[in-house]
Amino acid sequence: MAIDNVAGPAAQRRRGVRHHESAGSRVFDVLNVVVLLALAAITVLPLLYVVAGSFATEAEIDSRPFFLWPQKFVTDGYDYIFASGTFLRALLTTICVTAVGTVVQVGLTLTMAYPLSKRALPGRTMAINLVVFTLVFSGGMIPTYLVVRDLGLLDSYWALILPLAINPFYLLIVKSFFQELPEALEEAARIDGCNELGVFWRIVLPLSKPVIATFSLFYAVGIWNDYMSPLLYIDDERKWTLQVLVRQLTAANADSENALNALEGAFFPQQGVKFAIIVLATLPILLVYPFLQKHFAKGVLIGSVKE
Amino acid sequence: MATDLVPGVTPETPKTSRPPSGRAARRAPGRVLASALRHRWLYVMLLPGVVYFLVFKYWPMYGLHIAFKEYLPFLGYSGSPWVGFKQFQTLFAGPDFGRLMLNTLILALLTIVFVFPAPIVVALMLNELRTVLVKRSIQSLIYIPHFLSWTIVASLTYLLFSVDFGVLANFIHTLVGGEQVDYVAQETWFRPIIVLQLLWKQTGWGTIIYLAALAGVDTQLYEAARVDGAGRWRQLWHITLPAIRPAIVVMAILTSGHLLDSGFEQIWLMTTSLNRSVSDVFDTYVYYIGITQGAYSYSTAVGLFKGATGVLLIAGSNWLAKRLGQRGLY
Repeated sequence: MAIDNVAGPAAQRRRGVRHHESAGSRVFDVLNVVVLLALAAITVLPLLYVVAGSFATEAEIDSRPFFLWPQKFVTDGYDYIFASGTFLRALLTTICVTAVGTVVQVGLTLTMAYPLSKRALPGRTMAINLVVFTLVFSGGMIPTYLVVRDLGLLDSYWALILPLAINPFYLLIVKSFFQELPEALEEAARIDGCNELGVFWRIVLPLSKPVIATFSLFYAVGIWNDYMSPLLYIDDERKWTLQVLVRQLTAANADSENALNALEGAFFPQQGVKFAIIVLATLPILLVYPFLQKHFAKGVLIGSVKE
Repeated sequence: MATDLVPGVTPETPKTSRPPSGRAARRAPGRVLASALRHRWLYVMLLPGVVYFLVFKYWPMYGLHIAFKEYLPFLGYSGSPWVGFKQFQTLFAGPDFGRLMLNTLILALLTIVFVFPAPIVVALMLNELRTVLVKRSIQSLIYIPHFLSWTIVASLTYLLFSVDFGVLANFIHTLVGGEQVDYVAQETWFRPIIVLQLLWKQTGWGTIIYLAALAGVDTQLYEAARVDGAGRWRQLWHITLPAIRPAIVVMAILTSGHLLDSGFEQIWLMTTSLNRSVSDVFDTYVYYIGITQGAYSYSTAVGLFKGATGVLLIAGSNWLAKRLGQRGLY
């Protein structure tokens, strides 16, 4: 993690002279580690169970209470998902909407944040206030729905992207980041004949890679995980996203399970498909997570902690 | 929907004294124009974003006025008749209001008591770890759920707690015995499950802000305290907690503004026909009445009531924080 905090009280004690540590203190340390490890286990075990379950037979899921390794390794759930049009369509839809959406969101956020970071820009304060006010107050669900409807975006993939195109929080953080960049570099580029666009493209963006990485991840996760937008704006079943399918399949009172069953006809490994769809809907996030992890805490903290 | 990712952002106070804005600008309109012209590319870059905010943030705010109308789709915004506070009267006098308010407030209260302090406690515990490697590993693991969608969390809950084969349901059953309990469908278990989900999903991520604050504590303070004979608990009480108090206050104010936001996706996903009496909150009610029943004006009024109360709560808690000698949010 980016926040090392090696200077915490514990690390201090470790480095410094051991002032005759009491037994109570040592008991506390042991308990502390045990409790935190338990927390980590509670966090991860359900996920590992689902992964194991997605490769197990229906019989094993029904009979064994908990396992992290299937006795018999099968891929019935995945086979079903990849053979079915509904699932493939939803998977492709989600991938495309996430890819396009992230590019749109990151692009709009960067291009808006940059001018806002220029103190000398007339009208800047007004534009910032325009943004900040939306943090406090919003029109809410129904008026926003009516706007999307009036724009003719209902049942369009753009309805999953455009209404969420800029997150005001992210925008303000990126703006703060741009403000911290050394002014001298931009000046030098300007003297060399760059206009504002050139400075942004050749100087600012290359310096901002960690920030771009962080917010690309946040935006991508946001769209990938979004359930409310498709619920509000998408009626057409052929345009369902993965999250909607996850919901349809695993909800307690899912009549649509039967609907899907009827739709697809063939053999339907009930539990297996549930486990597998959860894994598929989570996998991309868990795949990029380790690569971006080192960036994001730093990215979040830029501009957010001013102490 | 993901505004909670970055809770600590402090909206910046506008600096009006910077030339050439403010009074200077009025004296020399020519200079402003020249400066604006020089920055034309910046304005070109700014434009799409401004259009976004106007269309998707401010147009809906304009649309809020239908809360005072009887909105009929074929008459449109301007053609629909004004009805004054009728929608609000319907809401306050109606049978649903008390139940919605109660459910929303109980969830808010549970959040304050159980969910809000959890990241603070975990951050303090992480801060006491001696091995950096262990600390990092635990952090990396407990951040993960934050990135999972509510549909995934809800599905995991159903899988683990369902009557027929849920691991945890069966485990509790073997421990306690008696009748099998259907945790996910029942009224009794709705609120505990909502709280557990929030704890599981958000606690780890919530520690980030506090860990950052903890990292900034001057280590000499600890040494001095030890020389004075302070034990671990005294150090925690007199140094660590005061050090992160500003972060706690900011988080508390931000949370207070969202007290009536029960988190639409989470609640909606956990609502079943059996637990409606405890699961109906303002957010899901607006969706239910507005989108599925088409009562646009009425549900807009409900949303407006909720939004306005939220603004008042933020302002109120900010005022309170300042009264208590804290820095506040603005």
